[in-house]
Amino acid sequence: MTSQHQFIRALTDPAQPVPVGLVSPRGTADTKRFAVYRNNVHVSLVGAIAARFPVTRQLVGEEFFTGMARLYVGQNKPRGPVLLHYGDSFPDFIGQFPPAAGLPYLPDLARLEAAWTETYNAADAAVLMAADLNTIAGDALAKLDLALAPSTRLVRSSFPVGSLWSAHQTTPVTIPALSGSECVLLTRPQAEVRLTIIPPAAFTFLKAIEQGRNLGRAAEAVLADFPDFDPGAALVGLAGLGVFAALDKEHVDV
Amino acid sequence: MPFDTLPARSGLGLKAQHYAQIIAEKPELGFFEVHAENYMGEGGPPHRYLAAICEHYPLSLHGVGLSIGGEQPLDRDHLFRLRALVERYRPASFSEHLAWSSHDEGYLNDLLPVPYTPKTLDRVVAHIDEVQQILGRRMLLENPSTYVLFEESTIDEVAFLAAIAERTGCGLLLDVNNVMVSAVNHRLDPIAYIDRFPVHHVGEIHLAGYDETTDDAGERLLIDAHGSRVRPDVFELYRYTIAHTGALPTLIEWDNNVPAFDVLMDEVRLVDEVLDGTLNRRLAS
Repeated sequence: MTSQHQFIRALTDPAQPVPVGLVSPRGTADTKRFAVYRNNVHVSLVGAIAARFPVTRQLVGEEFFTGMARLYVGQNKPRGPVLLHYGDSFPDFIGQFPPAAGLPYLPDLARLEAAWTETYNAADAAVLMAADLNTIAGDALAKLDLALAPSTRLVRSSFPVGSLWSAHQTTPVTIPALSGSECVLLTRPQAEVRLTIIPPAAFTFLKAIEQGRNLGRAAEAVLADFPDFDPGAALVGLAGLGVFAALDKEHVDV
Repeated sequence: MPFDTLPARSGLGLKAQHYAQIIAEKPELGFFEVHAENYMGEGGPPHRYLAAICEHYPLSLHGVGLSIGGEQPLDRDHLFRLRALVERYRPASFSEHLAWSSHDEGYLNDLLPVPYTPKTLDRVVAHIDEVQQILGRRMLLENPSTYVLFEESTIDEVAFLAAIAERTGCGLLLDVNNVMVSAVNHRLDPIAYIDRFPVHHVGEIHLAGYDETTDDAGERLLIDAHGSRVRPDVFELYRYTIAHTGALPTLIEWDNNVPAFDVLMDEVRLVDEVLDGTLNRRLAS
């Protein structure tokens, strides 16, 4: 009898022989037949990673990417059958993968791609419009707790990964200068994912709001480091990108 | 408005790269099929497009991750996700595979084979009973494509599938490409497989293209690849099947190296000719 445990062990370790009891119509163990299953598992999981990290793949080339993804897949099987978020730990894996060490921006670029999928598949929700802020009474605005929309993601990198990603959305690709940090915002304002490179002050402002500070406290936190920060303008601009979840009813003046 | 049954016409697997064209052109087509797991994200463009497409076409929901042939209990969380999807889209059909794909080590994303014994039959029957109870509807079970045989098997595949359908009340999804792949791989007669198949249980047919290699002895080994047009011998077997069963909902599966939508529509027209032909013969008789 061939248990599924034995089947999987042989499937995931090519050094193992074909499990006893699995045969060709000639009644013999057949390596090439069993290899079809081994190959299907690897090719389909590498394909899932390739689909989620297309720019990473373009940057390193097909052969390098497939080799790197095969190693990852060998060590990290999906936990369940929904593969939309398979590969969450792939950016960290790239950061530990010595052959990729020459491309120091690659882990962050992969982090941006992982975040892009999260934005793409996040729950649908109404977003705060800039005009909604007019319904808040003057002194209540500073005390307002805003929540980020379910689709909002923030990625900060010591490399210009937002520009690098954007450069790969058109052909021919013109690679930008690879120096300088970037703060990247991903939102889904009109149903499609939108990538915006935002100033560090706006990034700090959003992080403070994400951590639960009200608008007044968040603005104070930013002004400590960025004295020129204009919180009102930032709020209107960010709301226009669909960053914030719509207000609860209790906040809206009827 | 939800559609209750799949029409006996040709259908296509829905691919993200074709969303916009389908919505703009509304091609003449019997139904669309999607892999359930691809629509288990919470929201976003996939759901928006699928909802729009479901306003114009019946939907077939096809699961690939339930692991019905697994030794372990079914994944309840996954079953509930499936139920939520069924309630949201009210598909005309839900189908899954006679295969397994999950174990302690994780999910393997391939349809792995099951030995055919009284014990595995009981297990599969219990799992299908559970699925149908939780989803509150009848499902279709698809015959597999396989590359190895189990020495321990004591029941042949058609009898195994027929017994499952009898005991659970589920329908069957007859994948004609899988019949050809398994028949060639295991030196069986595909015509005899179709002749013996309990066609009164069949609710849908699948067609796809296979790839070809050789085994250790250098003999033909077909691979269920879903990356090309339906091969001529599979198409002949399909003609034979439809002559035998009458018109049935027929899906063209093309999941890898997906071509332009117009290429898929060329395949659709070939299938519709077969389905129309069988109607005409019956009208003339």
